[in-house]
Amino acid sequence: MVQFTLPPGSKVEPGKTWPRPEGAEEILTVRLYRFDPESGANPRLDVFPVDRRRCGKMVLDVLFHIKNEIDTSLAFRRSCREGVCGSCAMNIDGRNTLACIKPLAELDDTVTIYPLPHLPVVKDLVVDMTHFYAQYASIQPWLKAVTPEPADRERLQSPEERERLDGLYDCILCACCSTACPSYWWNGDRYLGPAVLLQAYRWIADSRDEATGERLDDLEDPFKLYRCHTIMNCTDTCPKGLNPARAIAEIKRLLAERTL
Amino acid sequence: MSRPLSPHLQIYRLPLTALLSITHRITGVALVLGWLVTVAVVVAVAGDGAAYEAIQDFLTGAPGRALLLLWLLALFLHFCHGVRHLLWDVLLGFERRRLTRDSALELASALGLALATWLWLR
Repeated sequence: MVQFTLPPGSKVEPGKTWPRPEGAEEILTVRLYRFDPESGANPRLDVFPVDRRRCGKMVLDVLFHIKNEIDTSLAFRRSCREGVCGSCAMNIDGRNTLACIKPLAELDDTVTIYPLPHLPVVKDLVVDMTHFYAQYASIQPWLKAVTPEPADRERLQSPEERERLDGLYDCILCACCSTACPSYWWNGDRYLGPAVLLQAYRWIADSRDEATGERLDDLEDPFKLYRCHTIMNCTDTCPKGLNPARAIAEIKRLLAERTL
Repeated sequence: MSRPLSPHLQIYRLPLTALLSITHRITGVALVLGWLVTVAVVVAVAGDGAAYEAIQDFLTGAPGRALLLLWLLALFLHFCHGVRHLLWDVLLGFERRRLTRDSALELASALGLALATWLWLR
């Protein structure tokens, strides 16, 4: 359902402004979304003035600086710190990206950080992604084949067939694209969203997969696939430079070709 | 335990392409409302002279002309984004570096076409 405003308990209130660090020459003002599930209070926006020279190079380094030196109660997900795991996906200055590969050099004097949009918040920047993962499982992201495996080798692919998976298999499921999509905001309960549809196409495009027909049958649905209205926020925001909108268009084209 | 919903439309910095997408919807609705005016003209033509005169007075007056100009603008904004949708349907124009450039081109074309038609109709 389209709901332009936040529900009462989700409204973001002004939070605490932390003191300026002493002796800092260059201040970076970090405005951070905070939510403490134990307080019973609404989410708030805290302001952390930090010493830019003590923060490292990336936005994730700033979050570590705040957690280590200013407020240890800050919660955020992270793991690989090099744009491979997708854990630190968040909304930085209005666009979704990975904190670990977003350089401070691209920021102004103030940066505003929210969790990924339109998801239930567990704590601070940690969101509940259960539904997203369930949708991923629903497209059956594994190789399906009825022909028996060759006894002496893998199922082979030509270099050209393998090339068709480039830009698809690289997706790290960080959910930046899906949570940037207004259609996913309004209809995320039934619309699969760009990340999962790109994954669906990854198996449709795989020359070794023999379930293309069933996969297309499953996607031919007004909500699962056709809530995509080519708004293009997914392609615009993908931190890996992939193109979910194009993958969705490929699925739509295959479905159209099938009926022609 | 109830979890708050993270902010979405309130905080997302929508790219130009997304703004054109919502404009496409709004102009679609505006164009349908515009048809009501067309129907009113047809009804007036079928009716007596007084009804036609009334609608002619309205459409040649300042508010009427402003409305027509807006409708023309809506028509070409909707048309140009429609063309882009057709291109997308045949998998053209998905490259990320082209998104904002194509959107600017689309916007310029719509404004140019609306202005040219307006001048031509005068």
